[in-house]
Amino acid sequence: MNVTLMQSAMESSTPMHALRAATADPVLRVRNLEVTYYTDSGRAKALDNVSFTLNSGEKLGMVGESGSGKSTMALAMMRMIKPPGRIEGGQVIVGDTDLMSLDQEGMRKARLSKIAYIPQGAMNSLNPVMRIGAQMVDAVKSHLPGEPKAAIEARCRRALQSVDLDASVFRMYAHELSGGMKQRVCIAIGILLDPHVIIADEPTSALDVVTQRQVMETIDNVQKQINAAVILIGHDMGLMAQFVDKVAVMYAGRLVEMSTVREMFTDPKHPYARALISSLPSLENKGVFQGIPGLAPSLLRLPSGCAFHPRCSSAMAMCGTTRPEPRILPGGRSVTCHLYDGEASHG
Amino acid sequence: MADLLQLENVSKAYTRGLINTHATIALRNISLTLKEDEPTILTVAGESGSGKTTLAMLLLGFILPTTGRIIYRGRNISTLYGEDKLAYRREVQAVFQDPFAVFNPFYTVDHLLTVPIKHFKLAKSRADARNKMEEALTAVGLRPEDILGRFPHQLSGGQRQRINVARALLLKPRLLIADEPVSMVDASLRATILETLRNLQRDHGVSIIYITHDLTTAYHIAKSIIVLYRGGVMEAGDVDAVIKDPRHPYTQLLVDSIPWPNLDQRWGAQPIKAREASGGSGEGCRFRSRCPMAMDQCASEPPLYEISRRHTASCFLYDQQPEVVKERLSEMLPA
Repeated sequence: MNVTLMQSAMESSTPMHALRAATADPVLRVRNLEVTYYTDSGRAKALDNVSFTLNSGEKLGMVGESGSGKSTMALAMMRMIKPPGRIEGGQVIVGDTDLMSLDQEGMRKARLSKIAYIPQGAMNSLNPVMRIGAQMVDAVKSHLPGEPKAAIEARCRRALQSVDLDASVFRMYAHELSGGMKQRVCIAIGILLDPHVIIADEPTSALDVVTQRQVMETIDNVQKQINAAVILIGHDMGLMAQFVDKVAVMYAGRLVEMSTVREMFTDPKHPYARALISSLPSLENKGVFQGIPGLAPSLLRLPSGCAFHPRCSSAMAMCGTTRPEPRILPGGRSVTCHLYDGEASHG
Repeated sequence: MADLLQLENVSKAYTRGLINTHATIALRNISLTLKEDEPTILTVAGESGSGKTTLAMLLLGFILPTTGRIIYRGRNISTLYGEDKLAYRREVQAVFQDPFAVFNPFYTVDHLLTVPIKHFKLAKSRADARNKMEEALTAVGLRPEDILGRFPHQLSGGQRQRINVARALLLKPRLLIADEPVSMVDASLRATILETLRNLQRDHGVSIIYITHDLTTAYHIAKSIIVLYRGGVMEAGDVDAVIKDPRHPYTQLLVDSIPWPNLDQRWGAQPIKAREASGGSGEGCRFRSRCPMAMDQCASEPPLYEISRRHTASCFLYDQQPEVVKERLSEMLPA
């Protein structure tokens, strides 16, 4: 599967931006990525044959319930899956390097310089007994050993500046900063070496709406400055609508739909994506609570056929027996559902 | 008409230091009344540090107000003891933010339900206790056979949070303090939990104080809203009026920052001024350092002005409107 949405202009981007995206080669290609956790109670396939591509300057939102494989996806791309988890196969190609083929040292170098990760609850990931500056210098030093001290510091201060933080933050400790500021420090660390891909795993889940907006706008600005591809992981569809260009919906370890954000919000194809969109609150439907019936399946005991069929309102007989494969619909969106078996274009 | 709960000019200051005492005022001069016979859902909204959780702790009797009184059904809660205290503890229940932290991982989830039954002597026999537990779980949309006897780690966040609501329901409370009950559960489960809360108010006559920073869910569940900023009431009134037509610059900023899942409703263009880390002891409007409309007048504290019958804002922009005395705040909130 190769989803390239070059032809679809991004509504939210400027014309110049769209042009750059349209001419660029995909900066990130994920092919058939598979991750399994070997637990005492059986094997859990947390990521099942996931493929997608992303151009530089593009923002992809990855949504799904807890346990759907969003965070596993991020960790797998960073090659940070820990036992009992294992990457079973697939490729993650950034530029022209396949991260999966690198040795340990090569991967260490690639992290932060090619692909950066802003973890969930990033504000707790700062070292409380080290000054912010020292932590930033540390990160640069381990990647650019020969760099003179002044150049490193200049680079760090530039990064702080690009996330709208005062230069004095360089000399501060984590406890002197607010939650939003800590989160922006983490973003600054993430962009120190101008990575091609930035993965942000629920960067604002613990912040209030005003700070959330501030942090998301920071990521947006930074991304424009270095023209990186951004993957935003989360379950807040509202945030996705405000921020991303494309949305990928995960369910039980599979990518069930990937479309542009406008297609996703106006005409979702996969029944799960539809349920997700219709469960959203808005100003118009006050007091209507429409959850998705049923519970997310356990990865240890996935339903046969399509994993969503027990909760699906349009399930057919074949959904319980045959697993749907990802299909590319005319227009370039990808859907994994038997409803569209007839519509798929070949190519 | 009896009052269920009455806050009379309640303030809470946290002091630190022995000699050079430094006080942080977490809540200042809040007056609020909830009527006994009109169960309502009241949202208290604000960002972190606005005093939302302090208010919850005060209402639950975990901390005492620095000044002012909290009256529960005619009795000051700081002087309650014995049976009255027990009754108050039973009738005012809480659901907290983190559905993972409230469970003891060594016990099955039954523990959370059996302890209050024993403590408040709600059941005559084991079978009766079991029935009551099953009834409460069913009321929040859970299947008792899926839940009882399981350990917390075997349940999802949404299930655990609903067990918390079931526990509160079991005690037949009159008032439920829900402190960010859905901020840590998936969007798809949010709807279910909010619906459970609303049914509690509608079918069981429980008043709910819903504490949140999420104006989207507040809008959907509540009838009235109080917007707090640094311990003071910025705006209050009917939830429709406040969210669709916010008047206070702070509420405008909050509403402007809601990420609506709507492509045609973008975040506002108004740049955000970062909040300075300290402060809070200064005089005047708390919001003035971040306010795009700040005037000289704002150096003194603005009173509440009446925008409409069910809408009030504490901002000098509306000083041609009639003033509302702080004690009358509750009259601006629809039941």
